[in-house]
Amino acid sequence: MRFVLKDDFLKKLREISKNYKVFVPVKKDYFHLFQELKDDILPDFSFFNTKLSPKSILFPQSERMFEYSLDKDDPDAYILKEAKKDFSPQIIVGIRPCDAHAFQIVKQNFDTPEYKDPWWTKRYSLTTFIGLACNSPRSSCFCLKVGGGPFSEKGLDAIMYDLGEGFLIKDITDKGRDFLDKIGGDEAKKEHLEKAEKLKKEAEEKIKVDLKIEDLLKRPVLSVFESDIWNSVSFPCITCGICTFLCPTCWCFDIQDEVYGKRGDRIRNWDSCMFPIFTLHASGYNPRGEKFRRVRQRFMHKLKYYPERYKKGIQCSGCGRCIMYCPTNMDIRRIINMLAEEKRNESISSLSCKD
Amino acid sequence: MNPYLPYPARIERIIVETDDRNIRTYRLSFLYPEHEKKFQFLPGQFAEISVPGRGEVPIGIASSPTEKGYLLFTVNKAGYVTSYLHNMKEGDIIGIRGPLGRPYPWERMEGRNILIVGGGFAFTTLRSSIVYMLENRRKFGKITVVYGARRPGLLLYKKEIFEWEKRSDIDMHITVDATDDPDWKYNVGLVPNIVEEKIKSAENTIALVCGPPVMIRFTRPVLEKIGFSPEDIFLSLEMRMKCGIGMCGRCNIGHKFVCKDGPVFSLAELNELPPEY
Repeated sequence: MRFVLKDDFLKKLREISKNYKVFVPVKKDYFHLFQELKDDILPDFSFFNTKLSPKSILFPQSERMFEYSLDKDDPDAYILKEAKKDFSPQIIVGIRPCDAHAFQIVKQNFDTPEYKDPWWTKRYSLTTFIGLACNSPRSSCFCLKVGGGPFSEKGLDAIMYDLGEGFLIKDITDKGRDFLDKIGGDEAKKEHLEKAEKLKKEAEEKIKVDLKIEDLLKRPVLSVFESDIWNSVSFPCITCGICTFLCPTCWCFDIQDEVYGKRGDRIRNWDSCMFPIFTLHASGYNPRGEKFRRVRQRFMHKLKYYPERYKKGIQCSGCGRCIMYCPTNMDIRRIINMLAEEKRNESISSLSCKD
Repeated sequence: MNPYLPYPARIERIIVETDDRNIRTYRLSFLYPEHEKKFQFLPGQFAEISVPGRGEVPIGIASSPTEKGYLLFTVNKAGYVTSYLHNMKEGDIIGIRGPLGRPYPWERMEGRNILIVGGGFAFTTLRSSIVYMLENRRKFGKITVVYGARRPGLLLYKKEIFEWEKRSDIDMHITVDATDDPDWKYNVGLVPNIVEEKIKSAENTIALVCGPPVMIRFTRPVLEKIGFSPEDIFLSLEMRMKCGIGMCGRCNIGHKFVCKDGPVFSLAELNELPPEY
């Protein structure tokens, strides 16, 4: 554990950024986002959380997968080649514990026993996650209730505590120790540790919401699927997709080919289960054509399907972005509790026939 | 090994299957022999056909692993990629990514009687299965096939199915919904009705069912009435797909992915999942 003054920390970060890609929170207009540290970039560590999650650092919103020539005279015409990518080692500095936890959730999808997503897993292995403990969780935050916490070390290589004049930094993994060696600073004192402990207690006390996740996890999938609430719950949704766009644990993507004259690219883009085309068959049939089915899919995926498949809790890190930015005030916490408290005869939930 | 990278392949032959010319079979060969070696599959699996400049489309493998040196894919002209594919020529270069998904339960099927129920252009992986079983005939009991289309001109693999009809080691029941052809010697009637009429016993039998949703919907109760248990009925499903490896998120039914955990599911497995397909 080290203690380092904020000015010194920033100077060291700029030095490190000569050899690594360093991502830092930056204030832009009315919100924060993660940007690569360059000479003209001023990091700002006094933020609640970034509006955009850092998921794009490992999983860009749009990414070239392959490129190819469509020129008949080219001997390699129509043969896909992997697109060049920058795989330099990178450090995310100041990631909130909820967003670090989110990467652990997303890892379940991209790093499976059967298949590995080559780009996500490579970037993940090259990334050092330096967390910034959350002194002031917002009213929309509920990390503590979903297996994380404002001071949680889950998915982090090191964690920083903002003690006002400087950061107390705790290394968690070897990668974190390397970072700490580069940052330097003084050996932490007892008063620093006590202050951090006090901040942790205060932060955790701010997250008061009562979430009945265990009750919901116990309910049979089919019974929750058939719940009576989906029509009314989905009524206000305008399927804009901001929840999936901002969500650090939403990973769905689309693959498209783009042609520019005699060459083309295969590209993958973020996609969203909120859009009807996401599941539209070429025949015109759509298993999730109606809005309530898509809203149901989003919540069922996070709250039932993901836990059922991976047995690792729900697919949500409690960052609260979907609650803050939903234009129609949909609140996943309310839906969790509605489903958990729903009274249904669970014994007749087994279905034997389609529709 | 990048699971998104297709193996380059050449279109060797294009066979127009149906009289509306909407369904064609593409005979493809890998450009590089090492890719053919890597592409080990079993009937029931599919692959992503990659058309550079257009995209990819998941198509069931219609050839059998016993047919060496090429792969067959039967493609209905339906969307953006398949429409383009239908305008391509023999000799053109495309890509094959796979094999993907879970095949029919071949270990479980050994020593059992097999009932195959197919409808329309969903007969592709069932053709693969039939060719595969006829090549390994001793491993299976009685093989019965009910295959139907709306009219004779829409039946796939016509030459083969009428040859199988003459064989004694496979029991073929070819049917059409309707026909005005006075020389039609086979059945007339919907697939579920022909199944009900021709299949009398489910004893020691596994049923493989692949067809349009409406055929599946009406065939299920018939099979259950004959005495098939949900564990012995296997269905092959379709979904819009992109990645084919369980990552892009769109083809799920409950917590299962049609691309990776399917496309073949037993009815017992499907009964545990939300009916959203």
